[in-house]
Amino acid sequence: MIFRLLYLPINSKKHSDMSVDKTTVAKIARLARIHVDESRQEAIADELNGILAWIAELDEVNTDNVEPLASVTGHSLPMRDDIVTDGGYVDDVLANAPETASGFFVVPKVVE
Amino acid sequence: MQDLLALSAVEARAALDAKDISSVELTSAYIQAAEDTAGLNNYVLLAADKALDMASDADKRIAAGKTGVLEGLPIGVKDMFCTKGVTSTACSKILDGFVPVYESTVTANMWTQGGVMLGKLNCDEFAMGSANETSYAGPVVNPWDAGDGVDLVPGGSSGGSASSVAARSALLSVGTDTGGSIRQPASFCGIVGLKPTYGRCSRWGIVAFASSLDQAGPFSRDVADNALLLSAMASHDAKDSTSAETPLQDVVAAVGEGVKGMKIGIPREYRMDGMDEDVEKLWQQGQAWLKDAGAELVDISLPHTKYALPAYYIIAPAEASSNLARYDGVRYGNRIEAEALDDMYGLTRAEGFGDEVQRRIMIGTYVLSAGYYDAYYLKAQRVRRLIKNDFDDAFTSVDAILTPATPSAAFPVGRKVDDPVINYLNDVFTVPANLAGLPGMSVPAGFNQAGLPLGLQVLAKPFDEAAIYKVAKVIEDSAAISTRPQRMAGGA
Repeated sequence: MIFRLLYLPINSKKHSDMSVDKTTVAKIARLARIHVDESRQEAIADELNGILAWIAELDEVNTDNVEPLASVTGHSLPMRDDIVTDGGYVDDVLANAPETASGFFVVPKVVE
Repeated sequence: MQDLLALSAVEARAALDAKDISSVELTSAYIQAAEDTAGLNNYVLLAADKALDMASDADKRIAAGKTGVLEGLPIGVKDMFCTKGVTSTACSKILDGFVPVYESTVTANMWTQGGVMLGKLNCDEFAMGSANETSYAGPVVNPWDAGDGVDLVPGGSSGGSASSVAARSALLSVGTDTGGSIRQPASFCGIVGLKPTYGRCSRWGIVAFASSLDQAGPFSRDVADNALLLSAMASHDAKDSTSAETPLQDVVAAVGEGVKGMKIGIPREYRMDGMDEDVEKLWQQGQAWLKDAGAELVDISLPHTKYALPAYYIIAPAEASSNLARYDGVRYGNRIEAEALDDMYGLTRAEGFGDEVQRRIMIGTYVLSAGYYDAYYLKAQRVRRLIKNDFDDAFTSVDAILTPATPSAAFPVGRKVDDPVINYLNDVFTVPANLAGLPGMSVPAGFNQAGLPLGLQVLAKPFDEAAIYKVAKVIEDSAAISTRPQRMAGGA
């Protein structure tokens, strides 16, 4: 309930006001951690705009006082005791890693 | 050889128990069929040695009188399921060479019941597609054609699962359905495909696409075989928090119970502009069959139907963008090396994901990003509730709903489409069931004028798969289809 109250005041944009440009594509690509060459940004922007224009059909639907539906199960997630029930498979966990050392995943240096 | 391939799963079970045939013989025939139809590109991995080992074990259990419901039956598995020790890639380059160290719950259940794994079946990359053309392993060809030799798509995303059963290179197969990925290819390939109720089959060990929509389900040649396979796949699983505890009905018994007295809803909103005339005719025919069999037809309204597809193309990409964040070149899959960690991520994902997957991740990232979350994602979730409410209302007065499965029959491989939205329209009739969590089946009902198969879709209340099997069996018996695909193993 608290979350809904927080969301409500921001929700005033109409889809028709929005469109994606090259800068937005660069931003989305960065958020998605997918490298996109600058030469492709325009074409991707066009594609995304086509999809978003079609999605804008949802503006026709009155959803005032309609609760968002995230799950159809109708039951809350089951709870269990917070105890370790399984594990101890270091070799299995690392089995498909591109690079490992001493029981760890190896990534490029992130701290100078 | 041809006689073995002609047996349905139910017939094969009886022949195995009667020792008329062995599982090794049956499995060998299917391995041969898979090799003979290799041009259809159904299998990304044919596990012949493993299959024969499993078949041999099944024969021993049959000899000892200890049989499971799938004992000795050769089954193909969509490459979305993780299979222990057997490469599982979701038909994506980013998972090329990934060998799971665990088995998905659904496939484990099938092997516990004596099923024999033939291999891994082609699909759209990460199950994103409706024509099996986004696969890293290349397109699948539908065993049906219009007699002009033009290769047709099998539908998707479970294209290999549908095509292999139609071509008789698998006796049964399993797929996954997020927006129609079982029902649409089942319709295109002229076979039976069920998307069970959300929560009916465990999602554990299945490569995740859109977790609130994904559901595994069975493909088969006929309705009775389908119920048999579902009965082995379904289980409650503590490892999937959305797995249902509601026990599966006796779906095997439900097949053949008939529809006398059942109320079948006919939703007026499924009569769409531009719909294939043959599809409309077949839908009318289906209604007449059910009426003749003693069902009562009820005109119903599902007013938000037209909004299901756009809502789906917000919700599914949003969930996908989150689920696919795990492919980062660190824990598994391919990595493109770079000096900096972020560059490694970006290059790995640009190289590993195909165009459609990248497109959906970008859309999903956009609709979840700051400033757009409410206008897109929450809006779509609100529409999702209205769609579910439509069905809840309808099911107060009907037991099942009959609709077309697809707006058209199969189309040519490589059809040029500039607008991705055109491809998305394939799922217009199937997506609502995923959003509402309902079970739905495509059952073969006839052909278009070009001789290509078309299915009808049967929907029911959550956890009432039995109602679907009753209705589908009447359609199957009424349609009495004997035509076989041109490119079937052993010849049509």
